[in-house]
Amino acid sequence: MSSAYEAVIGLEVHVELGTRTKMFCGCPTDFGGEPNTKTCAVCTGQPGSLPVPNAAAIEAAISLGLALACEVAPRSQFHRKNYFYPDMPKNYQISQYDVPICADGHLDVAVDGTSRRIGITRVHMEEDTGKSLHVGGTGRIAGADHSLIDYNRAGIPLLEIVSEPDVRGPEEARAYLAELRGIVRALGISDAKLEEGSMRCDANVSVRRRGDEAFGTRVEVKNMNSLRSLQRAVAHEIERQGALLDAGEAVTQETRHWDEDAGRTSTLRAKEEVFDYRYFPDPDLVPVTPERADVERLAAALPELPAQMRARLTGGLGLSDEAAVTLVDAGLVVVLDEAVAAGAEPAAAAKWLANEVLSWCREADVDPAGVPLAGDALAELVDLVARGTLSTKLAREVLVGVLEGEGRPGEVAKARGLEQVSDEGELVTLVDEAIAADPAAAEKVRGGNDKAIGALVGAVMKASRGQANPQRVNELLRERLTS
Amino acid sequence: MPDDLTRADAATLLAAMEAGETTAVAVAEAHLARIRATDGALGAFLRTLDDTALAHAADVDRRRAAGEAVGALAGVPVALKDILCTRGVATTCGSRMLEDYHPPYDATVVERLAAADAVVLGKTNMDEFAMGSSTENSAFGVTRNPFDLDRVPGGSSGGSAAAVGGRHAPLGIGTDTGGSIRQPAAFCGIVGVKPTYGLVSRFGLVAFGSSLDQVGPMARSVADAAALYEAIAGHDPRDATSIPEDPPPARPALDRGVEGLRIGVVSSFLDGEGVEPGVRARCAEAVERLAALGADVVEVALPHADKALPAYYLIAPSEASSNLSRFDGVRYGLRVDGPTTEEMMAATRAEGFGPEVKRRIMIGTYALSAGYFDAYYLQAQKVRTLVQEDFAAAYASCDALVSPATPSTAFGIGEKVDDPLAMYLNDVFAVPSNLAGTPAMSLPVGGDEAGLPVGLQVMAPHLGEPVMFQVAAALEASLGLDLAPDALDDAAEERA
Repeated sequence: MSSAYEAVIGLEVHVELGTRTKMFCGCPTDFGGEPNTKTCAVCTGQPGSLPVPNAAAIEAAISLGLALACEVAPRSQFHRKNYFYPDMPKNYQISQYDVPICADGHLDVAVDGTSRRIGITRVHMEEDTGKSLHVGGTGRIAGADHSLIDYNRAGIPLLEIVSEPDVRGPEEARAYLAELRGIVRALGISDAKLEEGSMRCDANVSVRRRGDEAFGTRVEVKNMNSLRSLQRAVAHEIERQGALLDAGEAVTQETRHWDEDAGRTSTLRAKEEVFDYRYFPDPDLVPVTPERADVERLAAALPELPAQMRARLTGGLGLSDEAAVTLVDAGLVVVLDEAVAAGAEPAAAAKWLANEVLSWCREADVDPAGVPLAGDALAELVDLVARGTLSTKLAREVLVGVLEGEGRPGEVAKARGLEQVSDEGELVTLVDEAIAADPAAAEKVRGGNDKAIGALVGAVMKASRGQANPQRVNELLRERLTS
Repeated sequence: MPDDLTRADAATLLAAMEAGETTAVAVAEAHLARIRATDGALGAFLRTLDDTALAHAADVDRRRAAGEAVGALAGVPVALKDILCTRGVATTCGSRMLEDYHPPYDATVVERLAAADAVVLGKTNMDEFAMGSSTENSAFGVTRNPFDLDRVPGGSSGGSAAAVGGRHAPLGIGTDTGGSIRQPAAFCGIVGVKPTYGLVSRFGLVAFGSSLDQVGPMARSVADAAALYEAIAGHDPRDATSIPEDPPPARPALDRGVEGLRIGVVSSFLDGEGVEPGVRARCAEAVERLAALGADVVEVALPHADKALPAYYLIAPSEASSNLSRFDGVRYGLRVDGPTTEEMMAATRAEGFGPEVKRRIMIGTYALSAGYFDAYYLQAQKVRTLVQEDFAAAYASCDALVSPATPSTAFGIGEKVDDPLAMYLNDVFAVPSNLAGTPAMSLPVGGDEAGLPVGLQVMAPHLGEPVMFQVAAALEASLGLDLAPDALDDAAEERA
């Protein structure tokens, strides 16, 4: 795309709340289970059933709003969004419409060290739908023999966070989503897993000629299941629209589907269908009127947010900006803090997390925020390296053992036979054997040729299969040959 | 104690059972026997629940005999409108759509009836999804008026009203969205109460107009209605619109008389055009009686009351259009297959709903549509606020208001089925209280020239049940009517 264009991007993010029960009934929200086992009269829309709002979900919405610097509405309403769809039990979704619980906030997002403020239009509450499973054909509804519906997900509380069209590029879109995810996780209101759908992001993308005030034609892009996928999809879409404009063609207003494997978007709905959702206030529910004191209590109880975490990591703990961003985005600050509390040197612990732990997570396809590593175990590992009990190389192997659940670092090192040989007697034997095996080299060292000691150290290391502490070997050789 | 247990009211039956003069089983059997004999002519019940009723009655008798705790209505039969969910027992709402629907749960009102040990005899006929004023809109046949079998019992709670009026049960449960308890009560010569919105839980009441719907008692005496009201009212955490405070008790107010009360007569209702002379005469006499009993009777105006009916016919259908969306053939109820999901849903709804239900879904869908919402739904909500303000102004100077319950007495079966607007006018005096959410009731005040019952409406402010029952009880005691209908017994005799 020629640089004559500027991208205008707005993001709509849905977050499934990790409340114990659903938005309007007492059914559990935990993932999995046989279809239609986590349902009741309310979340299957039985005649006569009535919704009762989940107070914990309302508090989660207010907390997120506060974390995003929103105004909390003293009185907001639930509306019904009416449309027919088989996985929606009542054929209307309880959502919020003209007065959402939180509005007019912002989120500061940094790309390459430059921070920009993205407006938050609103945060509102709604209920999730069930899931359809189309049997036969290609698995899509067209051509299926029949469809099955699982209502376990129906009624799970959702927050929808809508940004202003302030995002200007793929990197910024990614940074926005990462920052929002970090906030949601810091608040502990959702596990916010893009890959599993507990956090979902749609992007509204348009391009316009640089300097133009008016927005270009907007395209909604769906199906991005990771931060990287969002960045790629937005980059692709900007490129595609720019190419159309360069060719003198118009961008069509539509909804497009991101294909991660093909790396491109394709038309999902040819033309934006005009739905009339016939929103009206849900007469089964009374307005949400949080007490000022409750809002103040929630504001006071806000945990450390990602921006504050980064400031603490680079300030007090002396980490680099890059390390701070990496650890905060990955959700590894808790492990870092635990490790530091257990006595680990911050920079060393951070390095292990940012390099070895993250790369293990990538390979093992584990969300770093849920990595099975206790902070004091990391501290123990750092300590074993610092004392010379483990070389860095061996420590990597030990870490893998710890992450794979084999035990604490000391136990893993012992079980895998990875401890450095610090046993003086054993080392002395190896050193003597090396000297005996290479008298020429020994003689050179005795004669003052310091470099010749390397061959002897190498021989001892080889004989110990890498488990000897090289520094100690060096010392022992000198004791023998120079005294 | 009458020989025929079906002639006794609930209070008499309770006293006789407490005194050991009869048993709950005998009471249930007497009513079930009468239902078997005459409900073919009346059509009040869609189904009776003989086995569970008799088992419950036997359990009540056992506990009562053993001196164990029994509920406040222990052993008294009750007729339940088929719009309240009963676990495992068909709940049809008078619709083909739910002909085979067996709810997985009991409505809160049903639980409260069970807790009071009232014996549910069966489920009663109604206009489909409570939409109608004659019970002619039921998919399962008409219900007849016990005073005249060629006339309607009113609606939509016509089955419960006919059952109570026709002595098939001493107590009935109805629901009132826009007069659906009070109008059939007036037509069938019984007492019918719509409590303050939020006093009786709507959980398990299949929704018509959620902001208007309210469950209420139907009985042959004010005292019986008060006892049933007390049994079913109360906060329910499963209904977000339920009033958290304890409901005001009704029975302590029953014998306070009306002396010193200021009672407003809604003159525009009493003297309104379309009010039949017999209705006007009986209601005017009732007002005079209240004055004679010592009430300070004044005329009041509800200036926006003439806009209440049109506003109601936008708000109720709007809510209904959304409430009835869930009937789509996917999860429960009727399913008519089609080649696609959309066609299955459309075919199901086309076949499952009757014409009046479809009419209201269309009105409501239209009123909520983009471009029309402000002019219809929002405008109607503004009228609703004005009606509430009218009542507030009236209650600033009056303790209670009275008016005719309906413009006419029971009309003939088939007379108004082709004229929806004429049908809607039945509820012209009833709907303002629904819009305001305030309590209102109908009680019989005599018969017109044809001997058909006339109902007087007593209205009270928010949570004003005590004064409402107080006025009704004083009037009832003073009038001392005996409105026992004999049409049913005549019909039964003719057949025999």
